[in-house]
Amino acid sequence: MKNLLIIFRREFSAYFATPLAAVFLVVFVALSSGMTFFMSGFFDRGQADLSAFFTWTPWLFLVLMPAVGMRLWAEERRLGTIELLMTLPVQPWLIVLGKWAAAFAFAGLALVLTMPLWVTVNYLGSPDNGVILASYIGAWLMAGAFLAISACVSALTKNQVLAFIGAVIIGFIFVMAGFDLVLSAVRPWAPDAVVQAIASMSFIGHFQRITDGVFEASAIVFFFSLISFALWLNVQILDARKAS
Amino acid sequence: MPNGQTLVETRDLIMRFGPVTAVNGISFSVTRGEVVGFLGPNGAGKSTTMKIIAGFLEATSGSAFVAGHDSRRDPIPARQHLGYLPEGAPAYPDMTVADFLSFVAGLRGLTVRQTNNRLAELVESIDLAEVWNRRIEALSKGYKRRVGIAMALVHDPDVLILDEPTDGLDPNQKHEMRSLIRTLAPSKAIIVSTHILEEVEAICTRAIVIAHGKMLADATPAELLARAPERDPSLAQSVKTTRLEDAFRHITLEQTGV
Repeated sequence: MKNLLIIFRREFSAYFATPLAAVFLVVFVALSSGMTFFMSGFFDRGQADLSAFFTWTPWLFLVLMPAVGMRLWAEERRLGTIELLMTLPVQPWLIVLGKWAAAFAFAGLALVLTMPLWVTVNYLGSPDNGVILASYIGAWLMAGAFLAISACVSALTKNQVLAFIGAVIIGFIFVMAGFDLVLSAVRPWAPDAVVQAIASMSFIGHFQRITDGVFEASAIVFFFSLISFALWLNVQILDARKAS
Repeated sequence: MPNGQTLVETRDLIMRFGPVTAVNGISFSVTRGEVVGFLGPNGAGKSTTMKIIAGFLEATSGSAFVAGHDSRRDPIPARQHLGYLPEGAPAYPDMTVADFLSFVAGLRGLTVRQTNNRLAELVESIDLAEVWNRRIEALSKGYKRRVGIAMALVHDPDVLILDEPTDGLDPNQKHEMRSLIRTLAPSKAIIVSTHILEEVEAICTRAIVIAHGKMLADATPAELLARAPERDPSLAQSVKTTRLEDAFRHITLEQTGV
């Protein structure tokens, strides 16, 4: 537990060691508010809710979360510090978990900074705050899933740009899994059960159910399972690279 | 053999990267009090062997032990006994020297009090006071190397594996590094890789010559010297070489048939 905390602290502060964190947070808040007001027409809708904001969240995360996660392992490889990190008497899964948790906390911070929007809707009307809270939690979990995927891809390369692109592509497949773009590629040859299974992996599908106010356990379970699986895979990738 | 306790042992290590065999049947052991120099041309397999002992790489076959613990099957206890300086002394550039060493000490299981005491000792013995609160990215190569040594020594390990600890240092810094290794030597088993031959004479009690992944010699520096071929007086010596260089060239070039 102590080791997990040490790694978490180091990784979290690494985000703030350069102006990059500040730039990222500003971009995130600016983009998410910009999309809420200008592209979704927050005021014109005349509804006191945050769906104008949450509609864009999966798309924003698709690009921004890989930017947060790409450095996690690729940078260690480039600097050679992976060699000292992986020869310390610490279980590899603790390092994997600590790094992911730091990125997850950073994403949480970014979400907290958008909360003036929440205050604004409460000032303008009386929204269902339960749904908004659930949506924030859902968004955070979805960010965690994007980050776990990014960390996994990052462990494969020492090139952060490659890690970013790889994570965006895989993330895109998960985001689009419920849409025809992905499903039509599978439908002609795969049995119905497989098509259903792929459709059920959709980030947007799970997230939308939460923002619609159906706070389903299945969505939470889905994101948690995906995060656990990606982190497990991350450990396996690190382990496999020991032999090559 | 001084002290006599075997602290590092490798048994028939083989490491293949695809079609390339980087390490080919390396077996040796190092006891407490010994300083073993890994000598060999670039790409000979010195670093790979060290990485296997440290548990960063897994050998294709064979095994490595640190203080009696298999570095693959029993990695955590093996690593607790080991201080490892990877090639190039990597460190996090955004951290200060103090933060970096505390980070490593924490992961090594030292308490805050132990960390403070130990770091106070290391600041003295490795002369880091001047850069203590400076970011690692702003350090000179010499200081970076010293930070790496401090990192490897944080938990006062029984076994020290240093991959080219003097690479890139100026002559004074090299001298200091060697003195430091000499003062550490009696209580530890130390493996140092280098391709600087004078270093072997200066600090090592034993030298292992590696080329093309094979061990070509395992002897004291004096024994190696004895293997230098007689110089042919008829050949004009346009390049001045030391006796040890002659021996090294003889062993690595002749025996591999290059």
